[in-house]
Amino acid sequence: MRVVLIAIPVLSGFLAAAHAETPRADPALVEKTVAATFSQAPEAWRARVVQDETQRQCSLSRNEPAPAEAAAIQAREAGTIVYPADGGVIGDWRRGAAIAQNGQGGQFSDAPGVASGGNCYACHQIDPKEISHGTLGPTLAGYGKSRDFGAEAARVVYAKIFNAQATWACSSMPRFGHNRVLNEQQIKDLTAYLMARDSPVNAP
Amino acid sequence: MRWVSISLLLLLVAVVPVAAQEESEKEIERYRSMIADPMANPGYLAVDRGEKLWTAARGTKNVSLERCDLGLGAGVLEGAYAKLPRYFADADRVMDLEQRLFFCMRALQDLDTKDVVARRFGGPGKTSDMEDLVAFIANKSQGMKLAVPLTHPKERETRAIGEAMFFRRSAINDFSCATCHGEDGRRIRLQALPNFTKPGPEARETMGSWPTYRVSQSQTRTMQHRLWDCYRQMRMPGPDYLSDGLTALTVFLASNAEGATIAVPSIKR
Repeated sequence: MRVVLIAIPVLSGFLAAAHAETPRADPALVEKTVAATFSQAPEAWRARVVQDETQRQCSLSRNEPAPAEAAAIQAREAGTIVYPADGGVIGDWRRGAAIAQNGQGGQFSDAPGVASGGNCYACHQIDPKEISHGTLGPTLAGYGKSRDFGAEAARVVYAKIFNAQATWACSSMPRFGHNRVLNEQQIKDLTAYLMARDSPVNAP
Repeated sequence: MRWVSISLLLLLVAVVPVAAQEESEKEIERYRSMIADPMANPGYLAVDRGEKLWTAARGTKNVSLERCDLGLGAGVLEGAYAKLPRYFADADRVMDLEQRLFFCMRALQDLDTKDVVARRFGGPGKTSDMEDLVAFIANKSQGMKLAVPLTHPKERETRAIGEAMFFRRSAINDFSCATCHGEDGRRIRLQALPNFTKPGPEARETMGSWPTYRVSQSQTRTMQHRLWDCYRQMRMPGPDYLSDGLTALTVFLASNAEGATIAVPSIKR
């Protein structure tokens, strides 16, 4: 009788486990598999396979870090932001529009040395007239107008493009400035695209 | 000429205004059913070539692949693809169809596989033995339900590795697979993005329809190619062909697509 009483919970536990999700893989084994998956990568590309601490934390937490971890990520990422030396963050919105449209750069199929775009429209609505926009990120239509074209709001935009994780740990948005995908001038031009009074993004 | 007009139509659908989206989707559905006809889908040319490759005596041993065990016994084709990837005791490894074919080419045929790997992805004037064989073998599971086994501990471990890789962020844009395929109802530009993080119709629709004839590439493509292309878009280096990481991702995706009806080779933009 005692044997049966013990056996039932053990068996039902086993059956439940069989239907539950498989347990998570050992991170060391995952990294070993990843390294083997990209073993033929050219030398110059190897660094992309290796994670930095923020990528590692966001991957393991599936982009939902605990509050203390999130705070640590944001503090670390905020420390990477470099503002323009003269403090001006507004560039040319026309060039910004082209950068927002441009999805080139960074792929192994790209010609070497091709300038990267921001590919902003892949994820965001921006100029309301552009209908071919993604929905992975929030709409940015009328962004500057909704913030009264404020100087501080413009600095926030510059910082957001430079490193989105400074204000939102594990944000899906690439850290364009930190990872040197976009340079200072490109980030200023995109900031203008969102913040300039005459930008079509803020058209009435 | 016919393929040109179909590709133009499929490309047009990718750029039409959202307002016209619904009407276009009806149109594309009509075209899909039209070209799903084996007489119209060029993917079936790959099926025919694959059948010849399966039965051709090749390699220093001058034998065909017909003694290759794809999981259901030597030479059994019907239903084999529906249960791949799976664990193979003779290799002590979880293998997808291409890894298994590669294993058989070496073990059974002693084939010089350098050429097979060089032609892993077909292109203009260059067919791929692997794409052709996969099209032929997958088609032998036509109408069956996808049921990738997760009984062997290595199969479960492989699924877990694949799941972790799906969420693993890396490279200059911090992307993981989940960046684009982690939520319901999202788009890149106008392209709808299936959510692969959970079991459901989106995972089933996708995994049940590969291999597929890509009109924009004029080639029949396998999941190995699709994942290679995903990593390209993620700004990662190209993953190694036949690597265990791609198989792990495939197992994870297939586990969320359990019960999918296999309809291959399909045809996509």
